[in-house]
This record gives sequence, C-alpha cells and structure tokens, in this order.
Amino acid sequence: MGLRTITSRMVALPYENVDTDQIIPARFLKTTERSGMGKLLFHDWRYDPAGNPRPDFILNRPEIAGAAILLAGNNFGCGSSREHAPWALADFGFRAIISTSFADIFRNNCLKNGILPVLVGRAVHQELFALAAADPNAEVTIDLEDQTLSHPNGLRAEFPIDAFSKKCLIEGVDDMGYLLGQLRRITEYEERLLK
Amino acid sequence: MFVLRFERRAARRPEPGSRRAAGPRSGFTGRTGAFPCAARPESVPVPRYGLSLMTNRSPFGKILPRPMENQTLFEKVWDSHVVRSEPDCPTVLYIDLHLIHEVTSPQAFQSLRSRGLVVRRPDRTVATTDHIVPTTGQTYSITDPVAAKMVAALEKSCAEFGIRLYGIGRPEQGIVHVIGPELGFTQPGMTIVCGDSHTATHGAFGSLAFGIGTSEVEQVLATQCLLQRRPRTCEIRIDGSFKPGVTSKDIILALLAKIGVDGGTGHVFEYRGSTIRALNMDERMTICNMSIEGGARAGMIAPDDTTFEYLSGRPFAPKGLAWEEALAAWRKLESDAEARFDKTITMNASELEPMITYGTSPGMGIPVSGRIPEPGSLGDASQRDALAKALAYMDLKPGQPIAGRPIDTVFIGSCTNSRMTDLRQAARIFSGRRVSPGVRVLVVPGSRAIKSEAEAEGLDRVFRDAGAEWREPGCSMCIAMNGDELGPGQYCVSTSNRNFEGRQGKNGRTLLASPLTAAASAVAGAVADPRHYL
Ligand code: SF4
Repeated sequence: MGLRTITSRMVALPYENVDTDQIIPARFLKTTERSGMGKLLFHDWRYDPAGNPRPDFILNRPEIAGAAILLAGNNFGCGSSREHAPWALADFGFRAIISTSFADIFRNNCLKNGILPVLVGRAVHQELFALAAADPNAEVTIDLEDQTLSHPNGLRAEFPIDAFSKKCLIEGVDDMGYLLGQLRRITEYEERLLK
Repeated sequence: MFVLRFERRAARRPEPGSRRAAGPRSGFTGRTGAFPCAARPESVPVPRYGLSLMTNRSPFGKILPRPMENQTLFEKVWDSHVVRSEPDCPTVLYIDLHLIHEVTSPQAFQSLRSRGLVVRRPDRTVATTDHIVPTTGQTYSITDPVAAKMVAALEKSCAEFGIRLYGIGRPEQGIVHVIGPELGFTQPGMTIVCGDSHTATHGAFGSLAFGIGTSEVEQVLATQCLLQRRPRTCEIRIDGSFKPGVTSKDIILALLAKIGVDGGTGHVFEYRGSTIRALNMDERMTICNMSIEGGARAGMIAPDDTTFEYLSGRPFAPKGLAWEEALAAWRKLESDAEARFDKTITMNASELEPMITYGTSPGMGIPVSGRIPEPGSLGDASQRDALAKALAYMDLKPGQPIAGRPIDTVFIGSCTNSRMTDLRQAARIFSGRRVSPGVRVLVVPGSRAIKSEAEAEGLDRVFRDAGAEWREPGCSMCIAMNGDELGPGQYCVSTSNRNFEGRQGKNGRTLLASPLTAAASAVAGAVADPRHYL
C-alpha cells in the first residue's frame, strides 16, 4: 500500500525535543517482535502508574480515533536509534508526522516504515497548532506527489523530500531492493579493497 | 586465545520477486520497486574470497588516501567508502564493521531469514550482549525470561550465520562501544555502524561511526552497505587546558548546553584543537559518545600518536608489516590545512567548570556551582514550556542552586564513562571516604577486561570500602532494561548520557555529570562540586 495523499485530523503534541524513550520506553524493547506496539506508544505519558489511560492525554481522547497525522514539536524523535518508535507510531495508525525538524536516525527509521516526515517552517508550524487548537476536527491534506500540505482555509505549504524516499513511499516499497540491486558493485568494491 | 572462523558463506541466490516483507510493516510490501535511478536488482554474485578483519594486511591501506586535497577527515572517510553515488539516489556506503547486540537485532535477523537472505560478511560483524544482561552474577542464568529469550535469539543467529559473539561468560564481553575499541576492531578510517545511537563513540579513532535502526541493521547484514545522504560537517574547535576537577565529560556537557540537543542535526562533528589533542583515548571516546546528544550524525577526532599507541598490539589491530602500512594511511586521515567545514563552533576549555544537568534533555546543563534557570528568562515560548515541563518532572525550583540537592543513587558506568580513566577518577574521590548513608552507588565497568584491570589496580577495593557496589559489565542503569533501575521520584547523579524522563527507571530523575562529580555527590549525599574533594 503506497502513500499518495492523506487527509486527516491532526493529533497535536506541542512538546519540543520529544525523544524516542518517550515514544516508547526502553523496557518495552524487551521483545523480539515488531508488531502490536501501538498500544505502547507514549506509554508513560498516556497511562497512569496503575496502567489506566489518562483521560487528558491527547492519544486517549475519543476524537482522535482514526487520525493519521501527528503534529509534533521541534526536533521530534531525538535520542535512541530504536526503530520501535516508528513501529509504535505506525501501528497506532500514523502515516505522517509534521514538525520543524526531525532527529536524523528517527527520520530514516520513519521512511523505512512508511511514515512520511513533513518538514514545515516555524510560521506554518504555529499556524497548524493554532488550527488544531481552534478546531480539533480540522482536517489537513498532505499530498506527497505535489509535496504540499493544505487546509481548506487557504493554508498551503510545500515540504521537501528527496526523490528516492518519495518514490519508495508512493510505491510502498522498501529500499532493500535497491541495495540488493547493487551487489555486483559491492563485490567490485570489496575486490578493490583487497588489491 | 582468539579462535576464529573466517569462512565466508555463499549468499543464496534470491529469486527476483521472491522476497517477502517480514511481519507487518504498516503499508510496506517489501516489494522491490522501480527506483528513481532505475537500478534493477541484479543476481547475487557468489563471493569468491574471504576477507577478514584480523588480517596481516590493512584492509584500508589501499583505498586511502584519496588523491584529493583540502578534504576534511569526514570527507576522506566518506569518499573512500562510496560504492555508488548517482543523482536522485542516496549514496551506497560500504560498512567496514557492524556491531550488533541483543536488543536491536532480533527483528533484523527474522526479516533477513524471511527474505531468504544470509549475512554477507559475518567476518565484519561482531556481536555482544550488554543491554539486558544482569550485572550481578552473570555466570548464572538470566532470570528474566524475555531477556533470556533475546540473548538466546542472538546466540542462535550468530551460530547460524557464523558471527563471532562475545556473550556472557566470555572474557571479551562488555558494552558494545567499549569492547570494539578494546579488542582493536575499531580502527581509524573505518565506517562503523551499530543499532545503537552511541556508536558515535568509535569516532574517537577517526572512524565514521553512527547509529542505525533495525531495518538498516538488516540491510548491513545482507549487503554490508547502507543507503546514506551525505551529512554536512561541523568543526568543534576546543582550545585551552582544563582547570582541576574538569573532565572531558564536562566539555561535552558544556557543548550541549551551548548548542542544544538539535544543534548538530544533519552534521558530523569533528572535534579539534589543543584540548582534544591532549586527551587520552578514554576521554576522547566520552566526547564522541555524546555527539548524538547534540543531534549530530557522528563525532570524529583525527587519529594521532595517542590513537596509534592505544591500538598497537590490540587483538584485532593489524600486525607487523600491515601495522606499518596502516599507520602510513592513518596518518593521512587528518583534515587538510585548507579543508572547509560547513560550520565552526569554538570553545575555551580553560573557562569550563564541572557541569551537571538539571532537566530532561542532555542540553539542560549548568556548572555544578550554578543555579537552575528560570523559564521566564528564555525568549522562545516553546523553550519556556519545555523548561517548565522538565523542571516539573524533576521537581526542581528555578533559581535554586543545584549543589546540595539530596540524591538517592549514583551510577558510574555506561559507554560514556565506564573505562579505566573514569574508574580511576571516581576512585580518587572515594579513596579514604565513605558513601553518604542511604545513598546507593553502582559502579559498573564497561567490560570484563576493564573489570579485571580495575581489580588488578585495587580499584574494586576502593569502591567496596567506600560502600559502593562493584558490578559485572553491562549497560545497567544507563537504560534500565536489566533490573538495575531507579524507583519513582528518585534522584540519581549518573555518568551516563541521557536524562530523558524515565530513562533510568519509570519516573526516575537523572542528573548527568562526570565520574568526579558523581563520586563527590555520592560522598556528600547531595549534588556536590568535585573540586571540594580533590
Ligand atoms: S551504555 Fe547506555 S548508551 Fe551505551 S550502549 Fe548501553 S544502553 Fe546504549
């Protein structure tokens, strides 16, 4: 299943420097599986010490059911390289994350799991938070083909993405195929290394 | 002593189109698609030779140096590892050394198997168990059943694919970023990756070393390559000599306080200057280790005589003629005089004081003699919110001095500060003193080799006599996956690298500092300035 356009409400998480330890705490890395992690997403913010959902945390609100876009603060996904973070985000249902910046490893991990990182400028970022606050049902549309993000109120922003990642996301393919296509060159490189 | 097999497995020839995605991947089919650069999958050639790290030749001598001028260290290493680079596609970068551990590899091996692929270069792959191993009585079986399952999964994969594993009970076992250099696997000019963000540690040797996710672990297992976009370069120039009580940990904490946790995003740091040159390898590793905390892809230090002296005679370092060849190549790695960096940051080491963090990101650091900042003093609204949120979690009041804050635990360990230099610093403070009553102190050496060396020096007795626990090697309370953890609300002065919410145990509170500051705080029972204990 490729990804061309997403129209969805936004789940606004207005915190800076959210690290992958918050996205999924380390104790849940004790697993050899990669599925079913959505229920652990933002675990320690989402549940109280007794394990009950905190009703005020955004992920527990009924109105976000089915939302596929996370509106995140600056420098989202910093810290640990754990791919469990995008696994949990994807399993929860997120297909795109909007922020002003992403940590490098996290960004890579998202792209490898069919999650689109949408990079926007400060002004658009603030406008989106204002929009989500004013109307939690506001839906924005992300068009990957055009690399645009828009809302019927006239908001429209372009976002960058490299051609390769774009193609992989649109076609829903993972880039291992490309690497496996390079094996002859890799062998040549290794031979050169030995000479 | 090291019995190794270097046999190379024949890669199975995958049928085009027969690869399947492993497990659910939310929308990803694992299909091989048409890529923008129109590369088509080729049949997998059966490798014809074995190439080992433990060779009497330097595997890198013939690639380096590049016949180009005015290059940075990073550019030299990057350029010599480009397998393919074409417009609109990421670079195919060759990886010399792949380190793996029990937490981020099981899913990669599963996926590899389900695609019908094998490990291309087991001889360039090294495994250890560190993240979830107990640090008490490792010779006994792991009691946590899930941890035992993960360790067993790694053992099985290593046996199946012929990967050398330094697991529990082996004299080489230890934290992955400690044993790589210790055994001489880590060498200048190499590309090194690991499914762990602190892989940057190895950059202290002039290698390009960075953390990767599990999908990338699988890609390196299958192809010994990664798809990468070339990062930008940032020079971190540090000159001047330390005042007493200041360590390399304080340099990196001060740098992070200055540039913030995203100051290095998209960049590779190269640490340079007279301060760096005067550091030993342990100290250099501490700095490179935390490059990721500034958002940098990697941190590097050009190799010099200090580096070569450290490596000489290590089990997997080149020997004899190969050593001479390697040295000649390594000496050319240094950034050229006219090399340009995309960005430069300067620091004066002589102005530094011992540092400590007060918040929930490693960039929230102040001198240990300082006061906790007021959110109102920050201009940016989101930064104000972040600080207020952090102080609420830490239950610390703006304007208060950080020194004197009572603590519950001290952790001395992790890939940042668990080497001999660190243990000696801590022992210097503990010697002839006692840990404050009620404070729990864990000293966890980075590897079994360090443990033995420290015991030979009598450091274990210094720690025990002071009332600290002397543990077995592992990640321990750096990540709190093995049962070593803080209780809710507890304060810990820790020599590790992350003070994120819950990092050392649910609702635990971490203050990052040097081994000197950690030991002084253990003795004081509260955050303390190590300069009063020297
Ligand atoms: S000591 Fe901590 S940072 Fe280092 S490898 Fe282990 S868990 Fe990661």
